[in-house]
Amino acid sequence: MARITKVERVRRRDGRDRYVVHEDTGAPTWGPDAALAVVGHPHPRVEGYEKVSGRATYASDVRLPGQLYARVLRSPLPHARLRRIDTARAAALPGVYGVLSSTNAPPIRWYETSYLFDRTLRYVGDEVAAVAAETEEIAEDALRLIDVEYEPLPFVVDLAAAPRPDAPKVWESGNRPARPRVRQRGDVDAGFAQADYVVDEVYTTQSALHNCLEPHGCTATWEGDHLTLWDSTQSVFGVRDEVAEALGLPIHHVRVIKQYMGGGFGSKQVAWKHTVIAALLSRQARRPVQLMLDREAENLAAGNRNPTRQRVRLGARRDGSLTAIHAHVEQGVGAYLLGGEGSEVSGPYRSLYRCPNVRTEQVEIYTNTGPAAAFRAPGWVEGAFALESAMDELARGLGLDPLELRRRNYTAEDQEHSKPYSLDGLRHCYERAAEAFGWHSYQRPARRGSKRRGIGLAAHDWAGGGGWPPAYAWVKLNTDGTADVITGTQDIGTGTRTGLAQVAAEALGLPLERVALRLGDTQAGPYAPVSAGSATQATLGPAIEQAAVEARQQLLMAAAPMLDVAPAQLAVRDGAVYVVDAPDRRLKVAEVMERIAPHMIQGAGARGPNRRDRSVQTFGAQLVEVEVDVETGEVTVLRLVACHDCGRIINPTLVESQVVGGIIQGLGYALSEERVVDPASGIVLNANLEEYKVPTVADVPSIVNVPLGLPDLDANPTGAKGIGEPPLVPTAPAIANAVFDAVGVRIRALPLSRASLLEALAAGREAPR
Amino acid sequence: MQAITLDVNGAAHELLVEPRRTLLDALRASLQLTGTKKVCDMGDCGACTVLVDGRAMYACLLLAIDCQGRAITTIEGLGSPDAPDPLQAAFVQADAYQCGYCTPGQIMSLKGLLLDNPAPTDAEILRAVSGNLCRCGAYPNILRAGRRAAELMARTDGTDH
Repeated sequence: MARITKVERVRRRDGRDRYVVHEDTGAPTWGPDAALAVVGHPHPRVEGYEKVSGRATYASDVRLPGQLYARVLRSPLPHARLRRIDTARAAALPGVYGVLSSTNAPPIRWYETSYLFDRTLRYVGDEVAAVAAETEEIAEDALRLIDVEYEPLPFVVDLAAAPRPDAPKVWESGNRPARPRVRQRGDVDAGFAQADYVVDEVYTTQSALHNCLEPHGCTATWEGDHLTLWDSTQSVFGVRDEVAEALGLPIHHVRVIKQYMGGGFGSKQVAWKHTVIAALLSRQARRPVQLMLDREAENLAAGNRNPTRQRVRLGARRDGSLTAIHAHVEQGVGAYLLGGEGSEVSGPYRSLYRCPNVRTEQVEIYTNTGPAAAFRAPGWVEGAFALESAMDELARGLGLDPLELRRRNYTAEDQEHSKPYSLDGLRHCYERAAEAFGWHSYQRPARRGSKRRGIGLAAHDWAGGGGWPPAYAWVKLNTDGTADVITGTQDIGTGTRTGLAQVAAEALGLPLERVALRLGDTQAGPYAPVSAGSATQATLGPAIEQAAVEARQQLLMAAAPMLDVAPAQLAVRDGAVYVVDAPDRRLKVAEVMERIAPHMIQGAGARGPNRRDRSVQTFGAQLVEVEVDVETGEVTVLRLVACHDCGRIINPTLVESQVVGGIIQGLGYALSEERVVDPASGIVLNANLEEYKVPTVADVPSIVNVPLGLPDLDANPTGAKGIGEPPLVPTAPAIANAVFDAVGVRIRALPLSRASLLEALAAGREAPR
Repeated sequence: MQAITLDVNGAAHELLVEPRRTLLDALRASLQLTGTKKVCDMGDCGACTVLVDGRAMYACLLLAIDCQGRAITTIEGLGSPDAPDPLQAAFVQADAYQCGYCTPGQIMSLKGLLLDNPAPTDAEILRAVSGNLCRCGAYPNILRAGRRAAELMARTDGTDH
């Protein structure tokens, strides 16, 4: 039962009190070897038919009577002041019903100290004005009728140039939003003094674009002073609260609905300007307004993975044991801090390997480019490329097998928080992946013309996947023996509906098809957090299980007199209540419910806190074989083996889809994806899906997912952890390490383009082997 | 504005469009057939693929006024809940999607292939969807679903005739 057990007062650093609510956490109900009826089985997605029939309604597909379509005018300059804006001609165009700009929009604060429509523009794509019209075509015509006079200002778009003292300033206060974040344990100088071998290199990673196929967007409509939003978001409650605050509405006047979403990958985890703009235009026009970004805007103004420059020093003894790790990280946040980007690039340096002396410095840097946003394992993907490349360089320098070097620096403890991991999954990942790949028995094929083969590996940890409180769920058992599970989370395409329904069905003893999961509506379900941090299954699963257990207990109470036994002698499975000692004495759940109708049975569940004496993390390792053509610079990934720890596997099909999909995004990050900004104009040169190269079906190698499936019973009562982000983390460094193995040159900049490889081959000659 | 008649999913639809309106916008906005998705609007991604006279084509690169007299099939014209198209059944079985946004386009590309060539090779299946991007990376399962659908159709043909 969902109930508060304790409320703790915590004194904050600023002197104000904060209250931490503790809710019940159940004990693990399913042991590691429990024979489960629904959990652990590869059920197809419950919403499958909606998706293959075109019926699934995404934010872009809402069609309301009288609906208008909106478009946004964006800054063509990377840094400018608005001298004058005149929207009169646009407003007069037939078919136009609403126009917004800094001249008439309410002064709503948005990024940092700027406004929804600001008079200063800080990147190409910054919002200048918006129009709502009968059709998208008319809205675009109207944008062309807006007269704007810009005063160009000096700008800087390059991460390397922005920190220089003479660089143009993105903000008057300079190009550093905050002081460096420094984390330290031990003494790195002493650690390097003990080292027999030191790696000291600089690695850079590019800005990558999420390119969710469904762009960011929203449909807004008002009934009186009640606002309904169909938003393409990873957080219906987050959008509700942020929009209510921006518009000065009580939160129960704002309803946010999100049933289906065409990808988010982190970029949709906060409320964006367009949602508030759609609401304001709808109020102005007195008609529903749909504002979907076009593909160019999606690439300019809807988030990106921060580019980084990382100087990494690793010190080790001859036996490979690390004595010191030092990382200095510069990361480009774009023109604005978004909030929610959470990109802790220095994270993996402090946690992935056992090392007593670690220092990380992380500096954020503004440039006149679109704001960075969380992108699938934010920070860790960038950090892992540099750290895992450096570990490979260390292994080469010491003459050690790269896998053996990692084993020698293995840790089962979260060194930052001095507590053991809930499960030491990484050890298993190394062994299982190496075995499936044939790492130790690998025989390099003979050279074939200009083609060279090589193998590489990389590991990862990730602070996500463990889930956290609070989150809530309700269960209703209906009179025909079906169940509705109601929660305010959302399915962002990962399979949340199915995975959570499986947990509910298992705990209720019902077949999956008798359980429906209702989500994605702030008005219908209780609070659940943003779908981020690979947390949804581990956050909501325990709350749903608890709600279902409460309902089950009442079901057994109702059935007890019908079967003439005490409730404790009863169990339920496959849709039937039965006497444990005499399984033939049974009643279908539907029969029990029919006999008590119109009474119903309800259960409520809350997500309790994680154990304080354990650190819940997810881990994985990927091994890859590549072929490099030394004449063309082309890198072909031949095969990739992955093993990831996500605790108990609720649905093997969905986990495999996540692993394979994450790796394919990793292939793009490693080899082809890069936002290119022209330093002379500040314009993004490839803000489209033709020149921004996401992987296609023809780019996919053989990918083998080795399921680990060890229930993590110290993590939460279901034993399951998330798998959404992790598979992307180690792919790029594994490929870079394999390229080195193949041709003996080290590429320290992503993406590994043909040009950079050819240049490196020419400069560094092909190493003899 | 121009009055046109479009033959969509076997029914004649009369509508008023500007000459510049694409087939994609005509389907999604004018006819409210939103199963066909708008992603890039410039022929890069394949999400808007529909059948025009049985051939898979990008609806964002066609003008609605040019499509009069041609038979247009969208994802809404395929199968029914009780009798899904073999491709729809295969996509569900093979988990050939995650978010589902590219799925209608993938299915229509494969439908175009299977109408023309009921027994395609793996290379032909791959080529049929090589113009359809999937950001979730469901590609291996999409290929699997294409193969499975071809097998399903071959089996159905065998029992029907």
